Amino acid sequence: MSEQPLIRARGLVKRFGDFTAVDGIDLEVAPGEAFGFLGPNGAGKSSTMRMIGCVSMPTSGELRILGMDPARDGARIRGRLGVCPQLDNLDPDLSVRENLTTYARYFGMSRARARARAEELLDFVQLRDRAASRVEPLSGGMKRRLTIARAMVNDPDLVLLDEPTTGLDPQARHLLWERLFRLRQRGTTLVLTTHYMDEAEQLCDRLVVMDGGRIVAEGSPRSLIGTYCTPEVVELRFPDGVDPAGGLEGIGRVDPLPDRVLLYTGDGDAAVAEVHRRGLVPSSVLVRRSSLEDVFLKLTGRTLVD
Amino acid sequence: MVSAVLAARVSPARVGAVVGRNVGALRSGPAYWLVLASGFFEPVLYLLSIGVGVGALVGELRLADGRVVEYAVFVAPAMLAVSAMSGALSETTFNFFFKMKYAKTFEAILATPVRPLEVALGELAWAMTRSAVYTGAFLVVMVAMGLTRVGWALAVFPAALLVGLAFGAVGMAVSTLMRGWQDFDLVTTGQFALFLFSGTFSPVGDYPPVLRVVVEATPLFHSVELVRGLAAGLPGWGLLGHAGYLLAMTAAGLWVAARRLERALCR
Amino acid sequence: MVSPAVAVLERHLCLYRRLWRASAFSSFVLPVLFLVSFGVGVGRYVGEVGGVGYLAWIVPGVLASTAFQMAVGDSTYSVLGDFKWVRGFHAMRATPVGVRDMVVGGLLYALLRVESAVVVFLVVAGVFGALRSPWAVVTPVVAALLAVAVAAPVMGFSASIDHDSYFALLFRFVMIPSALFGGVFFPVDQLPQVVRPLAYVSPLWHGVELCRAATLGVAPPWPVWVHAGVLLVFAGAGGVWAVSAFGRRLRD
Ligand SMILES: Nc1ncnc2c1ncn2[C@@H]1O[C@H](COP(=O)(O)OP(=O)(O)OP(=O)(O)O)[C@@H](O)[C@H]1O
Ligand SMILES: [Mg+2]
Repeated sequence: MSEQPLIRARGLVKRFGDFTAVDGIDLEVAPGEAFGFLGPNGAGKSSTMRMIGCVSMPTSGELRILGMDPARDGARIRGRLGVCPQLDNLDPDLSVRENLTTYARYFGMSRARARARAEELLDFVQLRDRAASRVEPLSGGMKRRLTIARAMVNDPDLVLLDEPTTGLDPQARHLLWERLFRLRQRGTTLVLTTHYMDEAEQLCDRLVVMDGGRIVAEGSPRSLIGTYCTPEVVELRFPDGVDPAGGLEGIGRVDPLPDRVLLYTGDGDAAVAEVHRRGLVPSSVLVRRSSLEDVFLKLTGRTLVD
Repeated sequence: MVSAVLAARVSPARVGAVVGRNVGALRSGPAYWLVLASGFFEPVLYLLSIGVGVGALVGELRLADGRVVEYAVFVAPAMLAVSAMSGALSETTFNFFFKMKYAKTFEAILATPVRPLEVALGELAWAMTRSAVYTGAFLVVMVAMGLTRVGWALAVFPAALLVGLAFGAVGMAVSTLMRGWQDFDLVTTGQFALFLFSGTFSPVGDYPPVLRVVVEATPLFHSVELVRGLAAGLPGWGLLGHAGYLLAMTAAGLWVAARRLERALCR
Repeated sequence: MVSPAVAVLERHLCLYRRLWRASAFSSFVLPVLFLVSFGVGVGRYVGEVGGVGYLAWIVPGVLASTAFQMAVGDSTYSVLGDFKWVRGFHAMRATPVGVRDMVVGGLLYALLRVESAVVVFLVVAGVFGALRSPWAVVTPVVAALLAVAVAAPVMGFSASIDHDSYFALLFRFVMIPSALFGGVFFPVDQLPQVVRPLAYVSPLWHGVELCRAATLGVAPPWPVWVHAGVLLVFAGAGGVWAVSAFGRRLRD
């Protein structure tokens, strides 16, 4: 059991007309793993998630989910998945509770079981006090939480979360992280996409960075940082009109951004000392440990939210 | 009083802008010209089915005043009044509510110098424009089928527009009171009940006395009577009464709609 | 283990619970009001049609027409809305519910609504003395067949369009002409020879004639199996179309 990956993709391709959204990716996700997709808008993350969720058929390539073929066993696979799509598709005219129970019935659960499960999940996402109210007037974050709760209704083996925390306030985000962490501890496999680097570092054992439909890097958050980055980063800001780029040569890898300059280096303090020694006077200096965000910037050449 | 309010506050150019937005939106929908053109098709089908088809079963009808007319002559004006009513109501309830509630069109418009009343009038003017086209086409068909004379048809035209105006104004007031789509079922139901019991298919004189009293208080009854009287070429003081009823309805509808819009959107 | 189609039906019923007041009125009360206004009001001026009074003659027509309109009503805006705005079908698609279950669940819902309205209407018609034959008990079966024959293709249509203005065309060019010229208000024989075939291809006409044969205890104009066969073909072909249209719409 533990030998067989829950998700296995080889040369997976998805085309819409002649536009290639996913361009031949290979993936394996093992049971119990928490796996993340990072990538700029339009990278093909959702398209990949939808193929994994068996709602969109690959154009070519091989895909096995839970050891089964989505083309043949789609319904059986979906019965063991929990899906939180990027766009909510709740029933706005039903109550919060009814959204959970009607959805539970789609999985063939008995009425009593559906009701009991709905009650558990109301607590899970802290929506109990809104249980009887219609969904339409709920805030965006509450709807998101309900969508996530709905994805858990069938006690899935594999949970797919497409940008689960976009639009959530910080409390709700931390609540959700904590809940997802608990799910992982119980052995549920998580696959998620996110634009939040802290989220990816917190939740994922392993990540891939996608860009233009391809996987451009893969590994644990730490190993990605180790591979693509130096341990520390110095962020320098200079007064208007000063172009320091040439003067920084040789201190470390230099990445000039519109508003600041990033200096990748093994030892931040030493680098700052060298900057000053060369007579450059930055208006502000920040030394920090490098993060996934730096990996992301290096790999995709863009800021995340562009 | 209402006209004084209108004169003081309304800019024709801004009302025109609201109408113009509607025309623009209309032209962007697929097959919309076909939808628009086919709106005329519907009342004619009713006329052929009920007027001609059922008319063949009924033969002639003896009215309370002793005249004997063909059934088609009797129902055609009622069909026209009903079509003016439902055209105006669909534009001012269903579409108006949708724009107000979901498309946020009005909030966007009201962020500009355009005033709520101008929005209301613009919407109504738009409903009336469509209504005028359909009414004209319907009257042409009636004349062609020998159901009225050209001269009287010219008199029916403004009367049918008045019917549309009165229902449009009230429809707008009603949609500002709506809580959700569920309430539209009530509007549709009310509309259908009026359609059934306003002397549309058979003379009101046949109704039981109690029902008759109720019916004579309802707006479609007055609309049907007004249009029928003119189409038959029988003007009389009674027609003025019916027209007065519709004018009062227009004024009251506009007043409520403007007040409610002001309150709902301008805080 | 519930069948997924039943789960879909339950969702429709759950939604219906929110709206039942208004729609109960329109499905139970309006057909009766119509009967009073038209059957009684106009009936007074009409002699006999087909050997019976006008009221008894149009009762089966109004019954079939009610089934027809409810079937259309439940398979237009709500279907498009579940693809476009609510995305309820997309939600189902992520579960073991299959495309066929979505269609079948929708049809079951339409059937339940039609049957309840038809039964109430029959009781009222009986009180009016408009049921002339014990065969009247089969009208709910005919209404069910008619409902599926109409709802299935209309669901296919609704799943194939991307803008609700196409409904206006469907209503104006297909549904309203059917309701007006499908033998509900006057015999189809009265239509000019050239347009009569249009009535013959409308499922409503076949439903009306079967209902009329049942409530009046007379033979329908064509053999019963032909009328029923036409409805079955509509239901079958419509079902296939609906399933494939749903599948196409949910593919990506
Ligand atoms: N159904 C579709 N038809 C046509 N093109 C599509 C479809 N779905 C996605 N695409 C295109 O495929 C590309 C990848 O889209 P996808 O939704 O997978 O991106 P993403 O990585 O999830 O982006 P985001 O971060 O914005 O959610 C985009 O260019 C998008 O326009
Ligand atoms: Mg996405």
